[in-house]
Amino acid sequence: MWPLIRLLPREFHFNFVRLAPYAAIFSAILIALSGVSFFTKGLNLGIDFIGGSMIEVQTPGPVDIGALRQTMMRVGGEDAQVQQLGAPNGAMLRFRTAEGVDPVEGAQRIKNELSKTFPGITFKKVEVVGPKVSGELMTSGFLALGVAVFLMLLYIWFRFQLQFGLGAVVGVFHDVLLTLGMLSLTHLEFSVTSIAALLTVIGYSMNEKVITFDRLRENLRKYKTAPLADIINKSENERLSRTLITGTTAILALSGAVFFGGPVLFPLVITMVFGVVVGTYSSIYVALPIILLWGVKRGDEPAEPLKPMAAR
Amino acid sequence: MINLSRWKVIAVVFAAIFGVVFTLPNMLPANVRDSLPGFMPKQTLNLGLDLQGGSHLLLEVDTAALKQEKLSNLLEDVRTQLREANIPFAELRLVNDQVSVLINDPAQANTAVNKLRSTVAAATAGAPGGSGITVAAEGGGRIRLSLSQDAMNAEAGRAVDQSIEILRRRIDELGTKEPTIVRQGVNRIVVQAPGESDPQRLRDVIGQTAKLTFQMVDETVTPEDMAAGRVPPGSQVYPADDGFSQSYVLKKRALVTGEMLTDAQQQFDQQSGQPVVSFRFNGQGARRFADATSQNLGKRFAIVLDGKVISAPVIQSAITGGNGQISGSFTPQSANDLAILLRAGALPAPLKVEQQSTVGAELGADAVRAGIISLAIGGVAIIVFIILAYGLFGVFSAIALIVNVLLILGIMSLTQATLTFPGIAGLILTLAVAVDANVLIYERIRDEAHAGRSPISALEHGYSLALVSIMDANITSAISALIMFQFGSGPIRGFAWTLLIGVITSVFTAVVITQVLIGLWFRATRPKALPIV
Repeated sequence: MWPLIRLLPREFHFNFVRLAPYAAIFSAILIALSGVSFFTKGLNLGIDFIGGSMIEVQTPGPVDIGALRQTMMRVGGEDAQVQQLGAPNGAMLRFRTAEGVDPVEGAQRIKNELSKTFPGITFKKVEVVGPKVSGELMTSGFLALGVAVFLMLLYIWFRFQLQFGLGAVVGVFHDVLLTLGMLSLTHLEFSVTSIAALLTVIGYSMNEKVITFDRLRENLRKYKTAPLADIINKSENERLSRTLITGTTAILALSGAVFFGGPVLFPLVITMVFGVVVGTYSSIYVALPIILLWGVKRGDEPAEPLKPMAAR
Repeated sequence: MINLSRWKVIAVVFAAIFGVVFTLPNMLPANVRDSLPGFMPKQTLNLGLDLQGGSHLLLEVDTAALKQEKLSNLLEDVRTQLREANIPFAELRLVNDQVSVLINDPAQANTAVNKLRSTVAAATAGAPGGSGITVAAEGGGRIRLSLSQDAMNAEAGRAVDQSIEILRRRIDELGTKEPTIVRQGVNRIVVQAPGESDPQRLRDVIGQTAKLTFQMVDETVTPEDMAAGRVPPGSQVYPADDGFSQSYVLKKRALVTGEMLTDAQQQFDQQSGQPVVSFRFNGQGARRFADATSQNLGKRFAIVLDGKVISAPVIQSAITGGNGQISGSFTPQSANDLAILLRAGALPAPLKVEQQSTVGAELGADAVRAGIISLAIGGVAIIVFIILAYGLFGVFSAIALIVNVLLILGIMSLTQATLTFPGIAGLILTLAVAVDANVLIYERIRDEAHAGRSPISALEHGYSLALVSIMDANITSAISALIMFQFGSGPIRGFAWTLLIGVITSVFTAVVITQVLIGLWFRATRPKALPIV
C-alpha cells in the first residue's frame, strides 16, 4: 500500500458549504474570545516594545528566586519581574529603570549589584531598550503588518477579482486576530520576533488562499452554469488531499523547533504552527464564504485577468 | 517532459555543485578549511550575534547638543568680533535658538551687521549651501543671528559620518575583532562587536565624547562669588574631577583643544610612579601652548575633558616643546583608555546609547545547537513523510529539498547574509512551503491521470497547471519577506533574508529539479502507470 497517497480516496464528497454557517458562528465566538482576552489581559509586550531591560543570569548553584527578587527590589529596578528560565540555575530578570536615569547606566548598576550579592553569577544575555527606540519598533512593526496585508490585497486584486482579494484579506485579518488572541491568552511574550512570526503567518495564510482561489477560478471557467456553492464544494474536495498533506508537512517540519528550539524559538514557532492551522481553516471557512455571499462575475468573465504563466 | 531541455539539466547540475561547494566550508573544521586550495570558497555562514555571542549597540548622535554647541560658539564669535571692532553692545544672549545682541548706539548697527556678515557668517563658508548663518538687523540696534535648518541637517550628517570614523578608530584600538559600524537612518549608528568582548569597556570607549580643552582658570573670582553664581561674562563654572576641588571658574575660551594633539600615550610619572597620559601637540598647538604658558607664568590652567576639569596645575615654566602630560586620578587602564580616546579624536557630538544587547558566547552556542537539532528533526520528518506519501516521487522531492537546503546555506555563505536564530525558524518553514510546491504538482498530476490522461500527458499538464498556483503563492510570500526586510531591524532582517532566498531557491528546486529527475526516470523506465496514481 505504499506510497500512502494511494490510500486517499480518489474523490472526496464533503459538503464544505453546508458547514459554513456553523463555522461562521465558531469563528465569531473565537474572535470575540480573542477580543475579550486582548482587551482584558492584553499582550505580554516584550522590552523591545515598551522599553526596559532584561538580564539572563546563571548562578553556580540552583537559583534563589526569592533572594534575587529582594536584591532587585533593593537596587531600584522598578516593577521588576524575576522568573526562572530553563535550567534550575538560570533566571531571567526584567525591569525598568526610573525616569530620568539613563537605562543603560541603570542596567549596569544592577549588574554590578548582582555580581556583589551573588558571587559567581554570570550574565548570559543583557538587553536594554530605550523608550525612543521601543516606540519606533512598535510603530514600524504594526506598520509592516498593515503594509504587507495591503500589498497582498493589491496583488490578489490584480491576479483575481476584487472580491477574491477582499475575501483573502478578511481571512487574513481573522487569522491575525485569532493569533493575537492566542498570544494574549497564553501570555507568551510579544516581541519584535512575534511581528516576524505574524508576517510569516500572513504569508502562509495568503499562500493558502491563493491556492484555494486558483482552483476555484479554474472550475468557474470549466463549469460556467453550475451554482457557485457547488463549484466551491467541488474545488475544495479536489484540493483536500493537498491541504492535508501540506498542512501535515508544515506542522511536522516545525515540530522539532517546538520541542527543541528553547525559550527563544518557542513563541515564534508556536505562533507559526497556530498560523498554519488557522490559515488553512480560514481559507475554507472565511475567504470562500465571503466570495459565496458576494458572488463572482461569471460568463465571459471580462473582469478576469488572463491566465498567464502556465500558457506555454 | 521527455525532451528535457539541456539548460534545465545543466542548471540542476550546476545548482547542486554550487550548493555543495559553498556549503562545504561550514562543515569543515577551521584547520581543514584553511588548508583548502585557493580556488575553493572558505566563507562560512555569517552568524548573527544571537548565535555567536557579542554586543550590539544602537547609538544616536545628540543633534540637539550639537545645535546648542554651534549656537554658543556663534555667540562667542559675535562677542569677539564686536569687541575687536570696538562696537559697544549689551544683552548678548541666546533667544529661541537665535543669537540676539543689542548694539548700544543704533547708528552703529549697520557697521555691526556688515562686520558680522563678513566674519561670523562667512567663517564656515565653503560648506555646502553657504554658512547657513543669517544676520538680520531688527531696528533699535537689535541684531539677530540664526542658523538655517539645512545647515544644521548638513552639520548633523557630517557629525554622524565623522562619529563613525572616530568610533572605528577607537574600537580598532581596543582590539575588537571584526566590528561592524554602520549608519542607520539619519542620526543613528549601529555598532556590532562579535565574540566575548567586554561590553562595558566597549561602551565606555564609545560613550565618551572625549572633547579635550586647555583653559585658563579665572582667578579674579572669589569662592564666595562662585558660590553665589556671580561669574563674569566669558567665564563659566566647571565641575571638577581632580580630587582637589568641587568646581573651578574657567575662561570659556580654550587655549588649545584636543584636535591639536598628534599623539597620546599612557605612561607612568617618573617621580610619583602614578599612571599619566603624555601627549604631543602639533605645530599650531605647540605654538599656542608655548605662548599661553609663557604669558601666564605662576597662574593656573585647567585640563577639561567633556566639560569636567580633570587636572588644574600651576604653570611653573613656559612649556615650549609641545609635549606635556596629564596627571589625575587614573588607573593604568583608565589612563590607557583616555590615551586611546585622545588619539582617535573627539566625537563631534555626544552619542546616546538607545539600545544595547549583549549575548554571551555560551548562550549563542546553545542557540546554534537548538537550531541545528530543530532543523534536523524538521528536515528528517518532512523527508520521511513525503517519501511515505509519494514513494519514488517523494524521493525526488527529498533530493530537491536537500539541494534546496544546500543552496540556501551556500547563497547565505557566499553573500555573507546574517543567519539569526529566528532565521532558522524561517528556514524550517521555507522547507515546508518548498514541499508544498511538490505536493501541488503531484496532486495535479494525480488529478490529470484520474481524468484519463496518459502518464506522459498527466506529467506535462501537472507541471504546467500547478506552476500558476506555485508562482502566485510564492509571490505573496516574497511580498511579506520584502516588507519584513524593509521595516525590520537586526534579527528580523536576517529572518526576512532567509525567507526571501528560500522562496527563490524553493521554486527552482521544487519545480525544476523534480522535473529533471522525473524526466530522467521516465526516459529510463517508460512506465505504463505513475507510482502516485
